[in-house]
Amino acid sequence: MIHTDKLTKTFTVKKETVEAVKGVNIDVAPGELVAFLGPNGAGKSTTLRMLTTLLRPTSGSATVAGVDVLADPAGVRARIGYIGQGNGGGHSFRVIDELVMQGRFYGMNSTDAAARAQELLKSLDLADLAKRTVIKLSGGQRRRMDVALGLMHSPRLLFLDEPSTGMDPQNRANLWEHIMRMRAEHGTTIVLTTHYMDEADLMSERVIVIDHGEIIADDTAARLKANLAGDLLAVEVAADAASGVRGLLGRAAAGGEVNENAYDGVVRFRLRLTEGARLAPALLKEMHDAGAPAQSLELKPPTLDDVFLELTGRNLREGADR
Amino acid sequence: MTAQSTAEVLKKPNLGQVLRDTKFVFWREMLLPLRDPFSLIFSLIQPLVFLGLFGPLLGAAVGAPAFGGQSTLQWFLPGVVVMIALFGTSMTGSNLQYELMTGSYERILATPLSRSSLMIGRALKEWAPLVVQGLLIALVCIPFGFVFYPLHVLAGLVILGIFGIGLGALSYALALVSQNKEWIFWGVQQTLLFPLMILSGIMLPIEAGPDWMKTASLFNPLTYLVNAERELFAGSIGTDTLLGLLAASVTAAVGLVVGIRAINRNLS
Repeated sequence: MIHTDKLTKTFTVKKETVEAVKGVNIDVAPGELVAFLGPNGAGKSTTLRMLTTLLRPTSGSATVAGVDVLADPAGVRARIGYIGQGNGGGHSFRVIDELVMQGRFYGMNSTDAAARAQELLKSLDLADLAKRTVIKLSGGQRRRMDVALGLMHSPRLLFLDEPSTGMDPQNRANLWEHIMRMRAEHGTTIVLTTHYMDEADLMSERVIVIDHGEIIADDTAARLKANLAGDLLAVEVAADAASGVRGLLGRAAAGGEVNENAYDGVVRFRLRLTEGARLAPALLKEMHDAGAPAQSLELKPPTLDDVFLELTGRNLREGADR
Repeated sequence: MTAQSTAEVLKKPNLGQVLRDTKFVFWREMLLPLRDPFSLIFSLIQPLVFLGLFGPLLGAAVGAPAFGGQSTLQWFLPGVVVMIALFGTSMTGSNLQYELMTGSYERILATPLSRSSLMIGRALKEWAPLVVQGLLIALVCIPFGFVFYPLHVLAGLVILGIFGIGLGALSYALALVSQNKEWIFWGVQQTLLFPLMILSGIMLPIEAGPDWMKTASLFNPLTYLVNAERELFAGSIGTDTLLGLLAASVTAAVGLVVGIRAINRNLS
């Protein structure tokens, strides 16, 4: 569905050249759900905008839905749907008018466009608001309208740029429910950008981690976490018995770091443990046998934030630190 | 360099597609006044105010000989029509500014619509009310001695439409260039509009002015447009009409080239 070859974008800002996207190679198969994850300014949106022909690549090439973005941008646009970061509805227009015109822009006839608009209004809980002007909609309603606009022509490939930024949790869940339902019904290929790691984690099957304009990881969220991060294990043992398990825990961490904190007569060890949930029971028994039984245990599955930290040494939330 | 070779391989949309797209863009924009017809009613009042309050003063202050033998009304009315067209189509970009701030311009850019249709459709929406306005004020003025030549007036409105596409596209380009700095749009639009208007003899006959003004007016496309409208509204078609049509066509061509460049620059 998508193939890029050394796709590159450089901007000139105040006579300084900034490489926003540095020759990325991306392949997305039909039906996939892919998230571009990275801090603000990492190059996710720039990549998305090149794939949707809203930005011309500086070099490299990209084929989207079988069409070259440079040779036939209008052809690409006719085959994809795009839901941008901003609100797509014109402020002074009525909801229904914008939806029907959107369908007309994509070459639908007026009967089909009207029927499709009604269908989407219903499924996105906007039916009562059809004749309302966009400016009178709430933030969540506007975002749902954006989704409706993006789906009017039933694209086989849908791009979403930061779809849930600024939404409350309930509206976010609601939005995702609609997107997932549509995907289940029509097998739509979906590519989105997000800087919410939990969103990328829960909603997408494949995560492409982008940082400083480069792809630094590309896999399922589960495999990224298992391979790069591992579970975070914290155990506490009595201070006088701690020396007995240091070697044991060091071996369990398999070369990883083991942090120690001593307080109130206990020592708290923290380490990364691949497949921690499976290995922890045996480790507890070994500790017990070594004369240092665990007084408490905490096991946290890794997040994509841990993956990002492992890959870059930075926290995803800290931003691109430029 | 890459941008150059890119432009060469770009598929040009055919004329049929541009016309179809223009129809949709125009229709979307027209939904605004149609859903809220009050704005149209107010837009009809403005030209009547000009005719009713400025016209009599003009006749008294300048005197009939300056109007080339025409009645004041016959001379002034086409000027008012050009002025409405000027104000309307030069505002094309201001409506775009709101859409640039939200995501709706980007959403429309992401559709397959051809780039020129985005500008032409919007410019024509600013021109369309003029057809109603022009015909209405012509009718209102008949009792006051205005001689109405419907077909000539219609031809005049078409020429104004062509001119409006060009001015609208320039206004569109200005809005894109002044993105995030809205005051620039208004500054440039206002600064250019008034000198162009005065130097074309819309409000007062340029013949009454000093020589340098007459010379300057020769380089103003608006001058030819106003002369053409005056000729047409007076019921004849001649050299002035042809020159006006030419000036309108040149403005349209220049406007569209500048506009499409501005859109493409925005995308790179």
